[in-house]
Amino acid sequence: MNTPKPSEITPPGLYARRREFLRTSIGAGLAAVLPAPTFAGIGTGAHKSVFSTDEAQTPLKHVSGYCNYYEFGTGKEDPAENAHRLQTRPWQLTIDGLVRKPVTLGIDDILKLAPLEERIYRLRCVEGWSMVIPWLGFPLDVLLKQAEPLGSAKYVEFVTALQPDNMPGTRSRVLNWPYREGLRLDEARHPLTLLAVGLYGDALPKQNGAPLRIVVPWKYGFKSAKSIVAIRFLEHEPQSSWMEANPREYGFYSNVNPEVSHPRWSQATERRIGEFRKRQTLMFNGYGEQVASLYAGMDLRKFY
Amino acid sequence: MPMRYVPVALLKTAVFLLSLLPLTWYGWGAWHDTLGANPIEAVTRGFGTWTLNFLLITLAVTPLRKLTGLNLLIRLRRMLGLFTFFYATLHLTSYLWFDQFFDWGEIAQDILKRPFITVGMAAFVLLVPLAATSHNAAIRRLGGRRWQALHRTVYAIGILAVLHYSWLVKADQSQPLLYGGILFVLLGLRAWWREVERREQLAGKYAPRLKRIIPILPRR
Ligand code: HEM
Repeated sequence: MNTPKPSEITPPGLYARRREFLRTSIGAGLAAVLPAPTFAGIGTGAHKSVFSTDEAQTPLKHVSGYCNYYEFGTGKEDPAENAHRLQTRPWQLTIDGLVRKPVTLGIDDILKLAPLEERIYRLRCVEGWSMVIPWLGFPLDVLLKQAEPLGSAKYVEFVTALQPDNMPGTRSRVLNWPYREGLRLDEARHPLTLLAVGLYGDALPKQNGAPLRIVVPWKYGFKSAKSIVAIRFLEHEPQSSWMEANPREYGFYSNVNPEVSHPRWSQATERRIGEFRKRQTLMFNGYGEQVASLYAGMDLRKFY
Repeated sequence: MPMRYVPVALLKTAVFLLSLLPLTWYGWGAWHDTLGANPIEAVTRGFGTWTLNFLLITLAVTPLRKLTGLNLLIRLRRMLGLFTFFYATLHLTSYLWFDQFFDWGEIAQDILKRPFITVGMAAFVLLVPLAATSHNAAIRRLGGRRWQALHRTVYAIGILAVLHYSWLVKADQSQPLLYGGILFVLLGLRAWWREVERREQLAGKYAPRLKRIIPILPRR
């Protein structure tokens, strides 16, 4: 590949001054050399959010270089290598199921639904590592409202892209494709739940789930489905691909919880990418103040 | 020194240096920060992979010798076995240090509660007596037969190691299956040869073969 990696474009020292950097260099030159973006520079003028953390952000080269996106291979570096083949234009998203008004929206329509916000969230992977990522997007609820969900809808299912010709990882059935995830409706409508279209001031790199994905910062990373093509409103809890693969290890809720350990990994601690020592994992990944009430009265050992 | 020992010495030196390459690679990578976003994971996993690689290479010596008739291969077996132990020790150390920071309570919990750690630890514990009895004095003290019986635990270690790998991957079993397949062939060949020998013995053809026992001690 002869297009430079994003990491070669953005020197690590500049992250702190990223805003300024964007304004001065986001011209055609940068847009032309970035591998993924179809709408480069969308972050210019994005609103700041009270939900953002001020913790040190994980360098872009790690955010886009160390990913789990099994459709492009199960190695952490595979997505960065293979995801350039993902076809992100045209892109349509269908919202149906228990709704008054099923809709199909193109990516450009979706981008016009709301002003973009920058949300700097912690991301905790079930494998015991974490990052801090400045996402661009708007609350998922804005999108969900477009279809006018019915009162009987209690859950949402997310269906992600399946492009077998472009996704070498889907040749083997390590998971049931297309990758599916789900949320309870109140989780999906929670103000923290983000529909992300970018990170670090630009369009999402393909390996991070271009052109649009969800981000649910209080749950393990695999709940934040990438490259979404359909959203379905349901009355009953949907089965996610991970639940189908291993129901004992992956529950529907998958809230970050240092007290409920996974058979493979203790969840008590995590390694923040770039750090040597491990740190304590926080309940709900540190978003307990905002989301704990969603689970009042629930036994989180049972509903893991 | 007779001429025919010279190539063995050369070969041994070459294999020794080659066997240090993985360590050099990870050492260099750690120093120059080229091991990616999660270098500690890369090192732990890298040493694990090379432990298993060396284990299988060691187990391949005898079948290769039989198939090719290259008897000098047996001269490499001890060193390869010790490199298995060397990388296992590095792998365990990186787990104890960088994963757990010597939190012995957590480590004990891990060994008891996480099946993949349990079998990995079992494999390591079983490797220790093999490494400890790899020198000539130990062979002499134990006697060839007892020594050989002890060192057959390496078959169990191989199975535990593949289980360890299989139980630690999240979903993609392709690598564990590949290693498992190779192990199956290496152990299967032995079982097959044993069976052939048994049948020949029953048929009264065994006597001449007795003479072909390979001495474990180097001839000096
Ligand atoms: C003969 C002994 C052992 C062998 C052959 C072995 C082999 C392996 C292999 C092949 C891997 C996977 C590497 C990869 O994914 O590329 C691995 C990972 C690992 N092993 Fe071992 N191992 C052994 C002993 C141990 C012991 C004693 C421990 C700890 C007590 C241990 C802890 C781990 C851990 C923590 C991982 C990484 C898991 C992860 O990253 O999720 N291993 N080992």
